[in-house]
Amino acid sequence: MLELVIISTLNGVQFGMLLFLMASGLTLIFSMMGVLNFAHASFYMLGAFFGFQIARWVGFWPALVIAPTLVGVIGALVERYGLRNVHRHGHVPELLFTFGLAYVIEEVVQMIWGKAPVDFRVPALLDFPAFTVFATNYPAYKLFMLLISAGIFVALFLVLTRSRIGLVVQAALTHPHMVAHLGHNVPLVFMSVFGIGSALAAIAGVIAGPALVTQSNMAGLLGPILFVVVVVGGLGSLAGAFAASLLIGLIQTFAVSVNVSLADIFGFTHFTPSPGSILNDLWTVTLAQIAPILPYLLLVLVLILKPTGLWGTRET
Amino acid sequence: MGAKLLWGLVAVAALYISAPVKAQETIKIAFIDPLSGGGASAGEAGVKTYQFIADQLNAKGGVLGKRIEIVGYDNKLNPQESLIQVQKAIDAGIRIITQGNGSGVAAAITDFVAKYNDRNPGKEVLYLNYAAVDPVLTNEKCNFWHFRFDANSDIKMEALTNYMKPRTNIRKVYLINQDYSFGQAVRVAARKMLAAKRPDIQIVGDELHPLQKITDFAPYVAKIKASGADSIITGNWAQDMALLLKAAADAGLQVDWYTYYAEGIGSPTAIKQTGLNHRVFQVGEGAANEPYAPAQEFEKALRAKYDIALLYPRAVNEMRMLVTAMSEAKSAEPGKVAAKLEGMKFDVFDGGEGFMRADDHQFFQPMYVKSFGDLAANEPFDEEKTGWGWHVVAKVDTADTVLPTVCKMKRPNA
Repeated sequence: MLELVIISTLNGVQFGMLLFLMASGLTLIFSMMGVLNFAHASFYMLGAFFGFQIARWVGFWPALVIAPTLVGVIGALVERYGLRNVHRHGHVPELLFTFGLAYVIEEVVQMIWGKAPVDFRVPALLDFPAFTVFATNYPAYKLFMLLISAGIFVALFLVLTRSRIGLVVQAALTHPHMVAHLGHNVPLVFMSVFGIGSALAAIAGVIAGPALVTQSNMAGLLGPILFVVVVVGGLGSLAGAFAASLLIGLIQTFAVSVNVSLADIFGFTHFTPSPGSILNDLWTVTLAQIAPILPYLLLVLVLILKPTGLWGTRET
Repeated sequence: MGAKLLWGLVAVAALYISAPVKAQETIKIAFIDPLSGGGASAGEAGVKTYQFIADQLNAKGGVLGKRIEIVGYDNKLNPQESLIQVQKAIDAGIRIITQGNGSGVAAAITDFVAKYNDRNPGKEVLYLNYAAVDPVLTNEKCNFWHFRFDANSDIKMEALTNYMKPRTNIRKVYLINQDYSFGQAVRVAARKMLAAKRPDIQIVGDELHPLQKITDFAPYVAKIKASGADSIITGNWAQDMALLLKAAADAGLQVDWYTYYAEGIGSPTAIKQTGLNHRVFQVGEGAANEPYAPAQEFEKALRAKYDIALLYPRAVNEMRMLVTAMSEAKSAEPGKVAAKLEGMKFDVFDGGEGFMRADDHQFFQPMYVKSFGDLAANEPFDEEKTGWGWHVVAKVDTADTVLPTVCKMKRPNA
């Protein structure tokens, strides 16, 4: 039991940190644009595929730097030449623009790398069990993912709260006109935030690529969860995104290992619905089976009970 | 002068446009399977295999003087999407459909085909199922236009549990399956048959997880570990099998595996990584290392061309039987071909005779249980460059695989 708890905690935190890498960029970009960026998970996918390709040519470690840089540049260009023009027409066109962009990126990825998963391997240097909990090995690569994500979280937090650039960014997100009047180049700040946000998603892509699966539907698989993280944490709140990422990572991992159903909880009532009925299905379905929908349940509950999100300051 | 040249060009163009007449010289078969997403590895291997079989048949002159052409359609492993693809194939003039991966998809297609054929007499479509093994398809939902060339899930579980029966080291079994009709059929059959053959075995877990959506099985493996299971039974396929084995390899889970599809792409590598020498078993209708010369020749040629193992000997049976039925019927008309396929006896890919039972259109054939590990001297084929290969541990003759059916076949005009 203890073994299960420890391993599940490690898995949950690691998945949560990966979510945070993506959610941090998404939530910053949201503060800036005022709308959700539907293409954010696509930058994560681009990161994974760029990482895969560059790792083939020059190895995994250079890829870890080059791929996010490239994706960051692409992100910045998208902001400069796409979003900035659309921005003038209001929020709905922006939303539609990012929505369309997500499809375009998916199609392009399928054209270049095909629809089937590509063989993105864990680098040999990290392909060993890091440590053993009771009798279960914990792979070194997962530990590496955890450390990278944690490192980036600390760095991001320090830059945003302690540095001058961070202060300008924070100010520009909430009071862009005031910051512009003070002589700062606000459009440049926005472009940089979009670029760096995309690059963070790409880092998540490069490190997740070998551990999860690098394929053209990976953006679609992770995208919806990202929105849950950002909304639950509170739109625009970095601390909220961090807490919500960990929360959802842990919920997803732990729910899988819990076999409790309503029938178990209310067993003392000796209520048994007739076999084959819908009620019977609901009564006996285990938490493990509904694990994938729990984040969305949380999303609905948060929107009903606290529409600003757990740490947010504005209405979603 | 200019006008003449123009007319000349138009005439040449008209010649090319009328070229589709040539298309009538091919018999097209629509291959409808996941070519993207989590099931893609199975679908891609399938389309290459069919292509290879068609090339071989064409090299021998095709059938009825026509070439066989395989046309791939991506159904994204989604029943609704599959019906759109079936409709697309029909619109393109294709009258033979083959599909395999996903019993949910198969159930949708067989219903669709039955209805379509009722409403469009003279334009019937034939549905050849090469891998969807939910027993329902040849029982409650059986239909004249559907033929299944793979052994259904209950036949496979029967063979697997017969092999498990004398193995006294099995005490605690964990069931992990995909949450859809086929995964549920596997768990029900496993529970029922184990209870009958080995009532002492304890079922310590019975898991259903989303189909081809999970990218990290670590949480499931942690749970299996905590259950203290010594053996796992799973019907997982494609990515769900490869990633489950990969997560087990990462965690160092040392158990025996009784599977339906552990030879799928990515799985052999993960088994080798865990060092489970001859501890992963799979039931199926063929084995590359079975010493039968014609099969081994085919295997060698397929590997040389596409660098994939033959995952679907049943696909070879299907195509060869289709061609035989067409030749006997002297027609590619689905109704006439179906009439010839019913009850057909056929020498199968790995040797031995199989037969297509007319009562339910289920094909019966010899079944093999094989394990993955070190190769013996006379076994030439390893998998994914691991140096390990499949070794046959048990063979079941056709007659011993026959299970009853509840199908009441409705034949057209009968």
